[in-house]
Amino acid sequence: MEQKREKLLEIEKLRKYFPVKTGLMRKDYVQAVQDVTLHIYKGETLGIVGESGCGKTTLGRTILRLYEPTCGKIIYNGETIFDSEKKIAVNMLPYRRKIQLIFQDPSASLDPRMTVGEIVGEALDIHKLTPGRAERTARISKLLEDVGLNSEHANRFPHEFSGGQQQRIGIARALAVEPEFIVCDEPISALDVSIQSQVINMLEDLQKERGLTYLFIAHDLSVVRHISDRIGVMYLGCLVELAESYELCNKPIHPYTQTLLSAVPLPDPEKNKKRKRILLEGDIPSPLNPPSGCRFHTRCPYAMPICSEKEPEFKEYSPDHFAACHKLDLER
Amino acid sequence: MNGKLLEIKNLQVSFFTPVGEVKAVNGINYSLGYNEVMGIVGESGSGKSVEAYAIMGLLQSPGRVVGGQVLFAGEDILTYDSKKMTDLRGNKISMIFQNPMTSLNPVYTIGDQLVEALTCHDKNITKAEAKARAIEMIELVGINNAEKRFTQYPHEFSGGMRQRAMIAMALICNPKLLIADEPTTALDVTIQAQIIELMKDLQKKTDMSIVFITHNLGVVAEICDKVTVMYAGHVMEQGAVNDIFYNPQHPYTRGLLHSMPRLDSESQERMVPIDGTPVDLLDPPKGCSFGPRCEHCMKICLRNVPPLVEIGENGHVSACWLHVRQAAEQKEAK
Repeated sequence: MEQKREKLLEIEKLRKYFPVKTGLMRKDYVQAVQDVTLHIYKGETLGIVGESGCGKTTLGRTILRLYEPTCGKIIYNGETIFDSEKKIAVNMLPYRRKIQLIFQDPSASLDPRMTVGEIVGEALDIHKLTPGRAERTARISKLLEDVGLNSEHANRFPHEFSGGQQQRIGIARALAVEPEFIVCDEPISALDVSIQSQVINMLEDLQKERGLTYLFIAHDLSVVRHISDRIGVMYLGCLVELAESYELCNKPIHPYTQTLLSAVPLPDPEKNKKRKRILLEGDIPSPLNPPSGCRFHTRCPYAMPICSEKEPEFKEYSPDHFAACHKLDLER
Repeated sequence: MNGKLLEIKNLQVSFFTPVGEVKAVNGINYSLGYNEVMGIVGESGSGKSVEAYAIMGLLQSPGRVVGGQVLFAGEDILTYDSKKMTDLRGNKISMIFQNPMTSLNPVYTIGDQLVEALTCHDKNITKAEAKARAIEMIELVGINNAEKRFTQYPHEFSGGMRQRAMIAMALICNPKLLIADEPTTALDVTIQAQIIELMKDLQKKTDMSIVFITHNLGVVAEICDKVTVMYAGHVMEQGAVNDIFYNPQHPYTRGLLHSMPRLDSESQERMVPIDGTPVDLLDPPKGCSFGPRCEHCMKICLRNVPPLVEIGENGHVSACWLHVRQAAEQKEAK
């Protein structure tokens, strides 16, 4: 690995709370993202995994400021785009050209009354990227071809396409403004197994050709393991472990990551029989009223008294391997 | 015990839609012994769920069984009238569904729904007996505080608990056969692991057979003894779980296994996807349904549907012209 890698995006103590009415005069907060600190290097793929409700999608959207962060700091390419302490919140429009999003449900994220050409072209119009009509059409055809569709598809409507093709349209739309950074929010979980790998290969090719940086959010660990350079694991709004992807899958240090890895069934009957499985008890607690201290302590097989009292710090245990767990401090 | 609990012979199910007949299940065959778990794998639209609904007699219009037999303990249950079928359903054959929330009734307590399942099939049971049995079932599926849970409504349960409650309901009459239609697909991996452990455990305890429908090959490797791989309403390959995973023969099975990223792989090598798009069932290809996407496609594949031929021990069969030729050559050699 190269010595000096440029950081494209840095977030510090990013937090997103959603207010919910719990009574006539009472208001509570869903603590969707709790003090997440991470950075993404230029040209890499950072995977985020976690179970449903762990805040991974909210994290992606908060980074894009589709949700206004409750507090924290976001720095993109050295420029601060949000800082709750210094009260900085810049206009996002110029950054929207650089940061794009691919959504989970391809059919729900395409306007059924617009043709594919209009959908892909809309972004070009908003950012005034193509002066002439002919140029615009040419650009749209090129984009569609880049994602494996035909230029004739531009005149069709989204419902005429299969799920995999719809996702390709979504990707073409994201690529239209030539972004540097794409947040992929579960881009393949709605697709069939045989189509998933087609889309993954395409995302990898596009990354190589255009030097894109991805934040890849998914719940399927094997997919994230395949595509990512580094992986972050989230549990109930908190980032619990972050490491290089081979290291994380083979030497996980946080108890939750260990459980998550052992829960994934392998397509290998004999290996499954031999494998020791860590089974968790109970379900994920509500983010409305998360457990005190370490949020995992209610289900953790190694829970100690300190775990329910103090929130563990997220720190580096070995080079580039971060985690938040009290047990690791004791072992040191 | 020897013998076959469930035998499916040339089952065909069609949906008669305004735009034409959709052959969702196109002549499938398999048999399941006592105390066995059969996995049915396929992508969406492969007909795996439709086939299960056909066995249960739950097909809804415009779907209809147009041919074949479903032999349950030797009797063709497709010929049963609705009263006989009602007796059988939930009693001898049970089913659990993908989404536990939509299959539980939100206005009745879990306890009421469990007791109902019991009293439907046993008119002589007393209320107290039924309640005791229901609480016993709730405990058996690993839900704590059974007495309290008995009086709660489905919305008070979490996703994993609801699926446990569904399993309790399906098993309360001690069925011989459980049909599980994607029971873990809507759940998170850690909860999925819990449910799979529970099902394995209960299967051993109760000696029932399970038809486990899923698209997740990992789950199949975990729980099944035999596997049937389906594509566009046809059986592509069938065999013991180890044969399917370690010695897959059909190009579709191989493609599926190769196109999946694996958690335990050493490198991040590029995946080999299956080209093309899934079949349009309104206008299926003429020959082998996988033909247009197959890398070994020959002329005959686009003309005629390949038959299932035996390619190994323990009932390892495959429907592919490649194997038909091989089988014929082997016969000649002998």
